Amino acid sequence: METHIYKKERTIKIGTLLKASLRDIYKSRFLSRQLAERDIKAQYRQSYLGILWAFIMPLTTALVWIILNSSGTIKLSDTGIPYPVYAFSGTLIWSIIVASINSPIQNTMASKGILTKINFPKEALIISGIYKLLFDSFIKVILLVILIFAFGVGFHWSLLLLPMALLGAIIFGTTIGLFLTPLGLLYKDISKLITFGMQFLMYATPVVYAIPPSGIMKTIMVWNPITPIVLTARDLIVGFSPQYLWYFIIVVAVCIPLLFLALVIYRISIPIIVERLSA
Amino acid sequence: MSNDHQTNNNSEILVKVEGLSKKFCKDLKTSLWYGVKDLINGIRGNTNESLLRPKEFWAIKDINFELKRGECLGLIGHNGAGKSTLLKILNGLINPDEGKVTIKGRVGALIELGAGFNPILTGRENIYNNGAILGFTRKEIDSKLEVIIAFSELEEFIDMPVQNYSSGMKVRLGFAVAAQMEPDILIIDEVLAVGDLGFILKCFKTIDTILPHTAVIFVSHSMPMVSRICTQIILMERGCAQFQGDDVGKAIDLYYTRFASNQINTVFNDGSIKLDKVEMLGASTHNDILQLHWKDDLRLFFRFSTINMEEAPIFMVTIFDKEQRPVALLEPNVLESNLIIKENSIQFTIEHDNLLLSKGIYAINISVNSAKTKEPLLRINDILNFQVIHETEIWPPFLLDSKFINQ
Repeated sequence: METHIYKKERTIKIGTLLKASLRDIYKSRFLSRQLAERDIKAQYRQSYLGILWAFIMPLTTALVWIILNSSGTIKLSDTGIPYPVYAFSGTLIWSIIVASINSPIQNTMASKGILTKINFPKEALIISGIYKLLFDSFIKVILLVILIFAFGVGFHWSLLLLPMALLGAIIFGTTIGLFLTPLGLLYKDISKLITFGMQFLMYATPVVYAIPPSGIMKTIMVWNPITPIVLTARDLIVGFSPQYLWYFIIVVAVCIPLLFLALVIYRISIPIIVERLSA
Repeated sequence: MSNDHQTNNNSEILVKVEGLSKKFCKDLKTSLWYGVKDLINGIRGNTNESLLRPKEFWAIKDINFELKRGECLGLIGHNGAGKSTLLKILNGLINPDEGKVTIKGRVGALIELGAGFNPILTGRENIYNNGAILGFTRKEIDSKLEVIIAFSELEEFIDMPVQNYSSGMKVRLGFAVAAQMEPDILIIDEVLAVGDLGFILKCFKTIDTILPHTAVIFVSHSMPMVSRICTQIILMERGCAQFQGDDVGKAIDLYYTRFASNQINTVFNDGSIKLDKVEMLGASTHNDILQLHWKDDLRLFFRFSTINMEEAPIFMVTIFDKEQRPVALLEPNVLESNLIIKENSIQFTIEHDNLLLSKGIYAINISVNSAKTKEPLLRINDILNFQVIHETEIWPPFLLDSKFINQ
């Protein structure tokens, strides 16, 4: 029979905690799927536009930039591909990253009611969040593919590697989001800060315009760890050889151990947070 | 539950709680800030002293108990006594600040029924949602689906969105899913209060079948239920165990005396009659409460002062138990009782021999009605509290004297 001991932890063993965390993720695989299924179904059952909402934000952002560019209001440097494809692909990938950062906090917060009443593997909330991100991303990719053909970019075999780039985006976002979750559950300021910060960060990432050839902005954009994610994904879509591939691989490789660390921290934090939520 | 489970594990301790304490903070901003500090300390693995920081208090202090399979522990106490906090620790939702909990086996918690329900999904879909949170696999739910639906008695509405269910229906569905758990330890909070009587009875029937091979921790304000299923009891007050042991009846009495208000409560008064004195004759006083033994004679003395009253009114004395159920009415006076008003005062005793009320604490209410018009003149609640002493705790309000004779 399984034995649980609850007491004030004297020592933290990261290895043991990580193992327990991964075991719970495996054990709760049905729960994660069920929660994701529940949320997706509920979301679309109560709306007529349904799936449209998944990409209406990136679509409008892109449209604004396309209009600004085509009307000559602003002058953007040449991107090498049709600007609408550039802008759409940028905002779509960007929206996936933003959604991934918000996902852990949102999902945990949404389950506040159960967290304070029932003991279940909390990791399932994170995993269900990832499922939902994958679902949303899948829809966005379909739209993107339609656009590529519409603008005559055509099919490239590299498009098949796009899921890898998107997975990288989700891993990156989830890692950041998961680190912010414990604090974000205690203070609402964190979610606001994320929304606020990401708005600015978008302009320091080649989302709607290319990296300028020189200047301070170039340095910032080249070092920005989101840049390789956006660029690699876009290069794969339009069939260029990815320029920032190495940086992309490094970012993802750094994120994976950090993601595990964040999972451990999340596991330690939940009881402390539940206490404050229900107190 | 397999059979060998029951036989070899009768004395096996499933829940062991040692020196358990938990502190809470009264102020939200401070509480959140302590949360941040606890997070940092938690992650660094360092342990600050378990002293109270400013604005903190002990929500639970030094609770100890052991629970074996087949036993049921009742947790009673006022609101805010720490019962739910204790349950949260036992359920592993929050960590204690001091002490240790050791739990062996699967824990099932009936704390929130229907967790994970999404209001716009159908009952059937929500069975899967709730089941998943309770730890079932898809296969398990598939195989139990029909049983769950049948138990909930919601066949007709199972494909309707749950938001159109009544609260009772939601609880039904939630319990139907939860009833499929096969826990070693069952934690029950006040969840069964909703739902109609038939369903509550059904719930208790289910719990009864689980009881013998489970260790149960039961929180309730309903003393009849506590006395029915608990073998051990802890009366909590301000986080401490004020009474602990297997004398369930004694704990319940203590719980009730906490409520004995001794506050005379005039509900209605038209000004024509006033209660001056009430006394129980022949009763002893112990801990500020009048005590009678079972089969003692009840003698109540009353004195009222009246204003412009010529004819004695009708006096109706009702005895209430501590659940505020009326249990008996002392036969009111009739014309032949011949009560006399002398100098605007009326005094009398009411006698009832051989009081067969069962053990417990009772309160007396009196209402005075005009003899002619029957209209109410005065009504006072809780004019007197008294306790009936007997060795056995029973739940019916009367223990009738009886003899068994061989035939």
